[in-house]
Amino acid sequence: MSRLHVSLPGLNMKNPILPASGCFGFGKEYAKWYDLSVLGGITIKAATLEGRFGNPTPRVAETESGMLNAIGLQNPGVTKILENEIPHLEPYHIPILANIAGSTEEEYIEVTKQISAHPLVSAVELNISCPNVKEGGIQFGTHYQSAADLTRKVKEVSEKPVYVKLSPNVSDIVEMAIAVEDAGADGLSMINTLVGMKLDWRTGLPILANKTGGLSGPAIKPVAIRMIYEVSKRVSIPIIGMGGVATAEDVLEMMSAGASAVAVGTANFVNPYVCPEIIEKLPELLDQIGMEHISELIGRSTKEWKTPLSSR
Amino acid sequence: MRKHELTITSNDEIAHRIYEMKLNGPGVKGMTTPGKFLHVSIGKHSSKLLRRPISICDVDFEKEEVTLLYRAHGDGTIQLSQKQNGERLDILGPLGNGFSVETTPKKKNALLVGGGIGVPPLYYLGKQLKDQGVNVTFVIGFHSRKDSFYVEKFSELGETAVTTVDGTLGTKGFVTDAMEPFMCTESMIYSVGPAVMLKAVEQKAAGLDGYLSLEERMGCGIGACFACVCPTESKESGYVKICSDGPVFKMGEVVL
Repeated sequence: MSRLHVSLPGLNMKNPILPASGCFGFGKEYAKWYDLSVLGGITIKAATLEGRFGNPTPRVAETESGMLNAIGLQNPGVTKILENEIPHLEPYHIPILANIAGSTEEEYIEVTKQISAHPLVSAVELNISCPNVKEGGIQFGTHYQSAADLTRKVKEVSEKPVYVKLSPNVSDIVEMAIAVEDAGADGLSMINTLVGMKLDWRTGLPILANKTGGLSGPAIKPVAIRMIYEVSKRVSIPIIGMGGVATAEDVLEMMSAGASAVAVGTANFVNPYVCPEIIEKLPELLDQIGMEHISELIGRSTKEWKTPLSSR
Repeated sequence: MRKHELTITSNDEIAHRIYEMKLNGPGVKGMTTPGKFLHVSIGKHSSKLLRRPISICDVDFEKEEVTLLYRAHGDGTIQLSQKQNGERLDILGPLGNGFSVETTPKKKNALLVGGGIGVPPLYYLGKQLKDQGVNVTFVIGFHSRKDSFYVEKFSELGETAVTTVDGTLGTKGFVTDAMEPFMCTESMIYSVGPAVMLKAVEQKAAGLDGYLSLEERMGCGIGACFACVCPTESKESGYVKICSDGPVFKMGEVVL
């Protein structure tokens, strides 16, 4: 096995890098820039039962070292995704993490049933943390009980491992992580975007038509690191870390915080080649710190800390 | 796909907050189609991460030089305006679908209508149309005289009418107030500007053929992030992505 290989439930990855959901479409566009088979995996854009048009424009606003987006889960619906999008990824032979969203429990369950049955889908990522839709999404991700209930129900019907994508917009993300782990989640994806807002100083009005949006980019990386650090100490399921990762150094930091794999989001917009460039640089960084295998990084930050067994 | 570094050879304020930047490098060779845009990075060390989509205004293939006009409006473009000659910029592009001068049905006359910072790509388009023997006429609109640019350069290519909202230059009013005399059934319309202007142009030019180029805040610039969508009735999906399906669309194709 190569020194970058990592293995998570359903995701056997030759390196720990995958694009984050919503930042890479269904891969078609970036496939014009490079060969996607270099990736450790791919997270595809959220699927809902019916097609959704999303929010009015403007949908993005730039902020210091980051950006706000309010796309609103635009997607053609699960049937078309299964027919027209996922088959395009077959030639790359990389694990596919399929992001799932909905307005109701029933919608999440139906989408999970359909998408997890596809032979090319390796695992599903339960999106209970999208801040940009009126119904569903974050509603499920901010109440422990509804998050746990939904996880349990989705887990019952899913043919593939289930990762729950957590929202940072909660008072205690550790409690949320524990709740979904207890409900049967196979892994966690964290973090989704932080809810934010930007006004045009000339008019005093919000830039985004949706008024608020999800903050992403390097600005949120310290928040992600802190949350992954705290959660990884308290759960035993693996974490796909994300939030502002833009460099190979960021990947090492996030894995040290406790992530077993790392998703790259906003940085793809800045540099379409960012994922292959990061992957190429990882061995050099491992050499610099005298580490043989990338998995040795996972949770380094917590090593001196003894987690009390009674803490759960 | 193309990502390259180009060297700044000039970067001057040519009107109020309007900058003309010239960039040099082998990457310029592929910039043959007017209406396409470059996705310009402000620089690795800027806290402004996202690229700025800026339309190609002119290309000099002998010098391997591309001209971009932009308005220093926000922090990112203000930082761009402070760049010095010799600095290098990281560019993606040319991106998008531009005005296809060669494949569009030939008409004797072309009316090119632009507003504000939407005006620049019409210069490159006008030059190419003129080279093909098309009689080009321009109607370009600005807020005020101090915001106006390239009036003489456009006049060298063809008859040029200017409008300003405050009446300090040319006709007082909007571009649509000055279009009428130049429109005939033989005219092909090309227009670039804010959606509200394009909508008015489309109404004014009802019955004529033409192309519109849309402006929108973009994320990736390559069709992956769904930031810059626009509704359409001509596609089953109900939308187009301005960055990758456009920014140029046939008149009537999108819902403005």
